[in-house]
Amino acid sequence: MTDARAAATAEARPPKARERLRVLVAKPGLDGHDRGAKVVASALRDAGMEVVYTGLHQTPERIVEAALQEDVDVVALSILSGAHMTIFPRVLELLRAEGADDVLVTGGGIIDRDDMAKLREMGIGRLFGPGTSTRDIVDYLNEWKRTGRR
Amino acid sequence: MAPEEAEEDRVEPTTSNPSRARTSAEGRESPGAARAPDGGPPGDLGAAAAAPPRPGSGAAGDGDRTGDDALRRARAGWREAAAATPQRPVAFSTISGLEVEPVYGPDDVGIDVLRDLGFPGAYPFTRGPYASMYRSRLWTMRQFAGFGSAADTNARYRFLLEHGQTGLSVAFDMPTLMGYDSDHELAEGEVGICGVAVSSLQDMERLFEQIPLDRVSTSMTINGPAVVLLAFYLAVAERQGVAFDRLRGTLQTDILKEYIAQKEWIFPPAPHLRIIVDMMRFCSERMPLWHPISVSGYHIREAGSTAAQELAFTLANGFTYVEEAVRAGLHVDDFAPRLSFFFNAHNEFFEEIAKYRAARRIWARHMRERYGARDERSLRLRFHTQTAGVSLTEQQPENNIVRVALQALAAVLGGTQSLHTNSMDETIALPSEKAVKIALRTQQILAYETGTANVIDPLAGSWYVESLTNRLEREAEEYFARIEEMGGVVAGIEGGFFQREIARAAYRYQQEVERRERIVVGVNDFVEEDERLEIPILRISPEVERRQRERLADLRAWRDNAAVESALARLRDAVRGTGPILEPVLEAARTYATLGEIVDVMRAEFGGWREPAGF
Repeated sequence: MTDARAAATAEARPPKARERLRVLVAKPGLDGHDRGAKVVASALRDAGMEVVYTGLHQTPERIVEAALQEDVDVVALSILSGAHMTIFPRVLELLRAEGADDVLVTGGGIIDRDDMAKLREMGIGRLFGPGTSTRDIVDYLNEWKRTGRR
Repeated sequence: MAPEEAEEDRVEPTTSNPSRARTSAEGRESPGAARAPDGGPPGDLGAAAAAPPRPGSGAAGDGDRTGDDALRRARAGWREAAAATPQRPVAFSTISGLEVEPVYGPDDVGIDVLRDLGFPGAYPFTRGPYASMYRSRLWTMRQFAGFGSAADTNARYRFLLEHGQTGLSVAFDMPTLMGYDSDHELAEGEVGICGVAVSSLQDMERLFEQIPLDRVSTSMTINGPAVVLLAFYLAVAERQGVAFDRLRGTLQTDILKEYIAQKEWIFPPAPHLRIIVDMMRFCSERMPLWHPISVSGYHIREAGSTAAQELAFTLANGFTYVEEAVRAGLHVDDFAPRLSFFFNAHNEFFEEIAKYRAARRIWARHMRERYGARDERSLRLRFHTQTAGVSLTEQQPENNIVRVALQALAAVLGGTQSLHTNSMDETIALPSEKAVKIALRTQQILAYETGTANVIDPLAGSWYVESLTNRLEREAEEYFARIEEMGGVVAGIEGGFFQREIARAAYRYQQEVERRERIVVGVNDFVEEDERLEIPILRISPEVERRQRERLADLRAWRDNAAVESALARLRDAVRGTGPILEPVLEAARTYATLGEIVDVMRAEFGGWREPAGF
């Protein structure tokens, strides 16, 4: 899969030199609350990013497959069901197993602050809770890109 | 009728707002705005003015609106005075985007009191489904609850009953809502988290332990696998020795709004509708006190719709169930009296009240004129309300208590039959016991301290509220026409129409908040930096999932697996045929076949469903 990814990347433009960020917005798990995911997807698109939305009820495996296939820079997960402590680490782990360490895993939903801190320690990017302005999300992603994706 | 036509006769430049030009969409109310349910044209202002006054027409009726020079002069004087005064630089529109006038007067609304309002308990039921409303019985205070294991939730129910709650409302966890057992791989991390896990009759027995089912009314928020959970409930009743005809409660069962908004479906629309009609059949025969469907706008609104969309899409779904049942050979008056509704109570106070009033009037008119219902009970729209979860803020969560109180007041003034008030901490986690108690107390304060329960439909005759009621009815009628044009609700779902309309409205709202055209206290204004959370959080231990898996493993070992297999085989035959489904599901439930096993039999025959993805 790593080879396939390298090939796909070589065919397209190399991701780092790309003008526009490519973001996969994904709804993992059984949770069907997609208002936030769609609002964020629209806002990122309007901010000039290329956005792919997975639709609902995705497994971590399918999300990672889509991330590699679409050669995205960012995977943004929306979880409101409380399953975040299971799903975020799983997606990160699967991406790492595919050698895609450079993909930022971020997201939001109903995630309390203690859990956010724990997830950040594991290597997940910033997480956004209720009341977030989509501008903060856009700024965060642009900043991440500008500062060399760290 | 096309929407543009409906708007044409409402352009009324002479009454335009002093500060802004009025758009055609919010022109003066026409007396015939409440369009004939057959889809005929709304009576226009000119025609109504020329017509002789109707007998029995009220103070705001047609006759008073012509030639009242004193009134016109007074209004012109006001307009001048208002125009000379600077105004706050904000949009004067409802949260749904309806522009509103600075003041309403008798010439802003045309109502015929008997035709459009009537009295409580009488056609068209605008003022309430019952003659005496809260004077006979207060609304049912029904707090939606469920978390962890069935035993955990059972303890919460008994706590709520002890504190004066009068009905139960079951929240199931995600795997249960989607028809998976707790030990399914897709259930990992989700068991008992946002509701209670119920995988078999055994869990249902624990859930209602020491709660006699003939003494409570139980609402269950379950849709995709509703038939299975109903069967579990019936089997518990059998074990408690309670006859089916004494069971009171509601099953949500509204799959159409799942495709539209909440997105928890299992099968494609057609088989789901077949199962729903079968449940309606069973309930009309065996469960006279039970509501087999709660047609729900709540989730449509939470997903981001406007008030008018919530109203229109919900009623369109309701009409679709009626049409399906009639097509299957049921008589409308045999099942329609048991249909119930479920609406949101959002922040825009008067618009919400108008929405409930419009819903009752539209339902009554359509049921009588379009579907030929004759039983009065078929015409009465009765509804449950939940305050808007989406309006709550994570920031300064105590403020949510106030939001909820105001939303609950709107629901009560709108004549709700039951009410759930959200807890202040629900944007963060499941409600803690303290938070849920405050939410319940909020209802009790409304009921016992404010006097709002003493007078029925107290806002009737308010020029503003009547005008909003007419406008919402008209917007709903316009949506009905569009939906019919696209081939009905199911065709609209398949084409992604509803999903797009809602996503668009949600994005528009979000942009308004971000531009600070709409202020959300604590979020985009009056913000407290470095705010610390000071309310306790209810956490669900991962132990719940582990124990639930163990219990299921035990169950699969001790039950009579041969009996399970043969019951599932009979269910498979029933599903392949065209006959009843509920009875074979009940038979399987009695053998302790699990939710997942029963749903799998159906899924194998019916297949799954993917929505057209997009944003």
